[in-house]
Amino acid sequence: MDIRRDIYQAIADPTRRAILTLLTISALTPNAIAAHFGSSRQAVSKHIQILAECGAVDQDQRGREIYYKLNIDKMKEIDHWMEAFRKLWEIRFDQLDNLLNDI
Amino acid sequence: MNNNFVFEPNLDAKTIHIVREFNAPIEKVWRAWTEPGLIEKWIAPKPWIAQTKIMNFTVGGIWLYAMVSPEGQKHWSRFEFTAIENGSSFSSTNMFSDEDGNTAAGAPKSYTETKFTAIEGNRTKVDVLKTFTDAATIKMFAERGFKEGTIMGYNQLDELLASESN
Repeated sequence: MDIRRDIYQAIADPTRRAILTLLTISALTPNAIAAHFGSSRQAVSKHIQILAECGAVDQDQRGREIYYKLNIDKMKEIDHWMEAFRKLWEIRFDQLDNLLNDI
Repeated sequence: MNNNFVFEPNLDAKTIHIVREFNAPIEKVWRAWTEPGLIEKWIAPKPWIAQTKIMNFTVGGIWLYAMVSPEGQKHWSRFEFTAIENGSSFSSTNMFSDEDGNTAAGAPKSYTETKFTAIEGNRTKVDVLKTFTDAATIKMFAERGFKEGTIMGYNQLDELLASESN
């Protein structure tokens, strides 16, 4: 089974988006992340695992604790696509401005 | 002139909200968005061109068109109109398709609602709300834009290089 995931699976779920938002402030242990959610530790672990598989978060071993931190470069992929889409619409609208002058 | 361009993705709602003002009366802007001969003139970023195969602008009707690359490669899309308020708004379901308008089961889908409002100075505001079935679908649509945008970038570079050598 292919377990490779892409960044869009990371953001497809509201809990995972909330975890990513938390991690923008600082790296956190799985327990600290779970403490922010009403769901069980197992459910949160599953989300963290998916985020790791998507490359959205990286592990950081500090002493006995594992911290999860955002992978900023991976998250930028989303901005990158979105920017391309925005650019496409800008181009279309500029072309439409010209057309409206002609009809 | 300020066109008040807005491009606002909302990943939670899986929407992209696009707003733009045009310096033309609403009747003209409406025509440019709904008559195939006119849409084709602005929807494809140069040097891509848009080619319509079917346009039936009625509720339940479709617009089947291709974005054609400079090499002649065709990317087909199919819009099905789900609501039309003549002169003020229309909605459609958008999918990639083959040249006969067939779509694959489970293919990415987006829904678009486009509204037209007359504003001061004989100008028109167009408000586009795109809703995607999931976040990955936004990527599919953005990717298409990226490809086309990249080719346009190369084209501009060619022009620049040509003018440099003159």
